[in-house]
Amino acid sequence: MDSPPHAPSPDKQRSLVAALRGFLPGDAVLFREEETRPYECDGLTLFRQLPMVVALPETEDQIRRILQLCHEHKVPVIPRGAGTGLSGSALPHPDGLLLSLAKLNRILSIDPRAQTATVQPGVRNLAISEAAARHRLYYAPDPSSQIACTIGGNVAENSGGVHCLKYGLTIHNVLRVRGLTIEGEAVEFGGLAPDAPGLDLLALVIGSEGMLAVVTEVTVRLVPVAQTARCIMASFADIGEAGDAVAALIADGIIPAGLEMLDQAATRLVEPFANAGYDLDAAAVLLCESDGTPEEVAEEIERMSAVLLAARATRIQVSNSEAERLRFWAGRKNAFPAAGRASPAYYCMDGTIPRRRLGEVLKAIQALEPKYGLRCPNVFHAGDGNLHPLILFDDADPDSVARAEAFGAEILELCVQMGGTVTGEHGVGVEKLDQMCSQFDRPTLDAFLGVKSAFDPAGLLNPGKVVPTLHRCAEYGRIRVHGGNLRFPELPRF
Amino acid sequence: MDQALSQLCETVRAASEARTPLLIRASGTKDFYGNESSGALLDPRSVTGIVDYEPTELVITARAGTPLAELEQLLAENGQLLAFEPPHFGANATVGGCIAAGLAGPRRVSFGPTYGGVRDFVLGAKLVDGRGQLLSFGGTVMKNVAGYDVSRLLAGSMGILGVIAEVSIKVLPRPMSHRTLCFEMTETAAVYKLNEWAGRPLPLSASMWHDGALYLRLAGASAAVRAAHHHLGGEELDNYQADAFWASIREHKHPFFEGDAPLWRIAVPSTAATLSLVEPQLIEWNGALRWLRTRQSAEQVRECAKQAGGHATLFRNGDRSVGAFTPLTAPVAAIHRRLKAQFDPANIFNRGRLYPDL
Repeated sequence: MDSPPHAPSPDKQRSLVAALRGFLPGDAVLFREEETRPYECDGLTLFRQLPMVVALPETEDQIRRILQLCHEHKVPVIPRGAGTGLSGSALPHPDGLLLSLAKLNRILSIDPRAQTATVQPGVRNLAISEAAARHRLYYAPDPSSQIACTIGGNVAENSGGVHCLKYGLTIHNVLRVRGLTIEGEAVEFGGLAPDAPGLDLLALVIGSEGMLAVVTEVTVRLVPVAQTARCIMASFADIGEAGDAVAALIADGIIPAGLEMLDQAATRLVEPFANAGYDLDAAAVLLCESDGTPEEVAEEIERMSAVLLAARATRIQVSNSEAERLRFWAGRKNAFPAAGRASPAYYCMDGTIPRRRLGEVLKAIQALEPKYGLRCPNVFHAGDGNLHPLILFDDADPDSVARAEAFGAEILELCVQMGGTVTGEHGVGVEKLDQMCSQFDRPTLDAFLGVKSAFDPAGLLNPGKVVPTLHRCAEYGRIRVHGGNLRFPELPRF
Repeated sequence: MDQALSQLCETVRAASEARTPLLIRASGTKDFYGNESSGALLDPRSVTGIVDYEPTELVITARAGTPLAELEQLLAENGQLLAFEPPHFGANATVGGCIAAGLAGPRRVSFGPTYGGVRDFVLGAKLVDGRGQLLSFGGTVMKNVAGYDVSRLLAGSMGILGVIAEVSIKVLPRPMSHRTLCFEMTETAAVYKLNEWAGRPLPLSASMWHDGALYLRLAGASAAVRAAHHHLGGEELDNYQADAFWASIREHKHPFFEGDAPLWRIAVPSTAATLSLVEPQLIEWNGALRWLRTRQSAEQVRECAKQAGGHATLFRNGDRSVGAFTPLTAPVAAIHRRLKAQFDPANIFNRGRLYPDL
């Protein structure tokens, strides 16, 4: 989608730039088209919009002054981290200020005794684990864009990763967030001491997609690095049996460190690219990881193998070295780039369903392929029922784009019907506003709007994202969401 | 919507129109907790029963009035448990009260997947708001970022935002094996050791220090528990004795909790030094929770907690007019007032239970 003809009023832009330059260095205020162009979209590239102004503050005090200024002049503020998000949460506003937090990229402290790290919002996810490694600690949530995505963005999206079945999401691993309200007032949510007094506002702020407050500092919990990890690769002749095997593992009291599935279309897509050694005759391949002490891992691998075999796995291979374990994962981690090679474009969905519905949903998705005339391989976090169907389409062909969009929308509707959700970890942003109308009734959507206005009565922080208006829901059915192209195709995606 | 639920909505709607304050209370096992509140009694126990439980999904959905003991019994029959080990404080505690109070037990601070308080395990909730509408937040799946996470906000909300009607909770498998170890240790040494151990991949699932003795519970894969015991040493309690011991800590039946001296719950960063107030003390959560019996003034206790980087709650006994919970900063208090007004515009639910102006 190209920028609509709407352009900000030059007077408004000029006066905002002049005011910002009163306290920001010249190179921290961008407004010419060639300067603001790189900020026109996040990882979902089919939604594009130039912001009126981009500000690149370096300190909390500068952010405070920016917010006070925008609040006074009723200028919308769109916070942005690395721009790797997949749902358009950081899509600029034509009359708004895009607030890049990328320059606030310092690790403020690491406390190995308390197992915490306090960092600025622009610090990259992986940088925290790298800095903590010398204490044999790491930050557990590992979204696969972790080499680029920032902790501020992770807080905004409540990011997950492949290990969240065992180690939790962002919400389980962030202890404290310091931020600023749209009025520029400092607020602390959570704390280093457990059970901060009052309502648990931290639970609201995490996953709020930058709509409630601007994050200026985050304290995360670090966890000890496991001594060892091993992975089982199991083949199944039927996708339903693979889904049942996942349930059987859980029923046996096992919480694997990672539990991922690829269907046959996906293994055939990635194998030529990744050489992971996947069984291409299998209807589904399950990757099942155990971590801990060597004794613990040996015991767990034995139990998991027994359960998988009893659940009709046709072939089982256990990694015998770190190199082999990484090779098993290579295909899973490269699924997105492989899709990018196999097809001109692909559209990644993010629905979550109850695990027991896995086989049923995958078969339903397969059945939809001929309807839309598009292929849809599936990779997903089997352990927590989070699907990532990859709809392969041709973005140069408007008909193909329209079919991809319709296919995606039908998959999300299917997830809602199955008792699931339209987004497990990528967020609603602007992409899934319509499906929010299907998942929630109007009183609940209005309650979300109420939460928004309790934090931001003026409605200036990232307006128009996450919660559809009454009008939007009424229009749903006529207006279709747009399929997305990924930026940073070189990054592995989950 | 079934009859019990629509009746509940109707009661709330009528109270809202008449602006009649409501006191949400089931069996009253946690009457002592929080500030005093008054109003027409609203007993949600008519809304009861397990709605859905499929052990392989690791989720249980129950109506608010379901007895907590019944839910835990069902989980136990299926080899699972509530990972936050909630205290009951009485025989008839309900699921709704457990969530609204937001209190977790000894397992609150432990390593890895079992870490967390009540809110960390809440996946979804149905809430009757101040307009008598039934709202549905979150869901029954592990990962869900559709909309703000209001269901987790309800944990510890003390009923001020509405009547919790139903809740979906993530559950976990019961650990394969557990052992409780006892060490003779000073307070300083215990807090030091606990933090050191927490930084290593050890299967710690609870800790308690009191009067020169440290108790440590290990739980997890049998190989891990065995190896950790070998590594840490300590004197082992037999399992029957250990279960009774941890229950006495969770339910405040341990002799430390006897008597009528005010009981303060002081939450601090786990590495905080010894508190400046020298009073009888029981420490949990690797040092992050310090129970104190003291008749010192609320100002002194709160100042002591603040110096240690934490906050103090008057948990039981004493004069609650000082405010059970540590006051909020002005901007955070303003957000609280606006949230309350959004969910409960007629200001009818549990007035003053959390803070006097909410």
